[in-house]
Amino acid sequence: MKVILRQPRREIELEGVRRVRDLLKRLDIVAESVLVIRGDELLTIDEPLSDDDVVELRPVISGGAR
Amino acid sequence: MKCRVCREKAVIQIRRHNANFCKPHFIAHVRRQVERTIADYSMIAPGDRLLLGVSGGKDSLALWDILTELGYRVDGVYLHLGIGEYSSDSLRFSQTFAEERGLRLEVVDLPADYGFSVPEAARASHRTACSACGLSKRYILNRVAVEGGYDTLVMGHNLDDEAATLFSNVLQWNLEYLARQHPVLPAADGLTKKIKPLIRVAERETAAYAVLSGIEYEVEECPMAAGNTINRYKEWLNRLEEESPGIKAQFLKGFLDRGSKAFREGGPPELVACESCGSPTTGAVCAFCRLRDVTLVEIRRRETA
Repeated sequence: MKVILRQPRREIELEGVRRVRDLLKRLDIVAESVLVIRGDELLTIDEPLSDDDVVELRPVISGGAR
Repeated sequence: MKCRVCREKAVIQIRRHNANFCKPHFIAHVRRQVERTIADYSMIAPGDRLLLGVSGGKDSLALWDILTELGYRVDGVYLHLGIGEYSSDSLRFSQTFAEERGLRLEVVDLPADYGFSVPEAARASHRTACSACGLSKRYILNRVAVEGGYDTLVMGHNLDDEAATLFSNVLQWNLEYLARQHPVLPAADGLTKKIKPLIRVAERETAAYAVLSGIEYEVEECPMAAGNTINRYKEWLNRLEEESPGIKAQFLKGFLDRGSKAFREGGPPELVACESCGSPTTGAVCAFCRLRDVTLVEIRRRETA
């Protein structure tokens, strides 16, 4: 599957990822810190994935102060 | 996963509420959270003129949409910070949003109107970029609100922003900042009332709201803010949240309900008019005028060097 990462935008290829939960685990990403987007849908962590999928992992942390 | 309300397929899980929602019920849930926050803290009175600080990011644009959908008429103010492509992209997202909905957006240009950019101010003052930016934003947004005759300045700080700021203030026991951290800061001489209606909505939820509502926003992070302390605290708090859903909201709510009044004893500091611009300050010359002066001196020095 193709995984689009942001900040900055880049792409990686992964194989054999069964669910969103496994994808986040493999990349050591906390579910609370990203949205998982496929096309125009948001995916919950139990959603099955296939090697043909294109999935964006969009960070939600922004801002900064002081 | 199924929606808590209608049992259709869920698009988002909110573990701290032990709930999953489909798109329409999630949108309704977020709007209801904001509506309740506004009511619980008596944030807005009928007829109030509202000005929203707009950055082009998910929080301010989602909040603009939510408030409009709740029936409020809200104008926006965008501050161009002079941070290259990031600033021009953010401005474009803000303008497109406003134009599509027929909303009024005022644009203030820090380099054109005040003579310097955030990177220049950070370099000249030896502040971090986030510090120079925050100071400039607070000053200019308040000034636009005062001069425009607005009753209330609305800010898009979300649950994660407030929890991370609280965490930072506690780590440093910054009593002055702890005394001031509140979702409603009342008006004072020269200061417009300030409210934060998103404090019960997590960052992930404002992003989801924006995506599901078709709001185009600046996804890339400000290049000056990369790796800054607050964002690192947010990441740590999210790791705690993963282990203990609800811990962020509990931390912030406990402070606001029980902790914050202890830091406000003795009342707010006395404000006087800045000798340079007349804005309220605790010293002789306000922090923004000092920042502007040191930056303009440095810019002139570089030009003549």
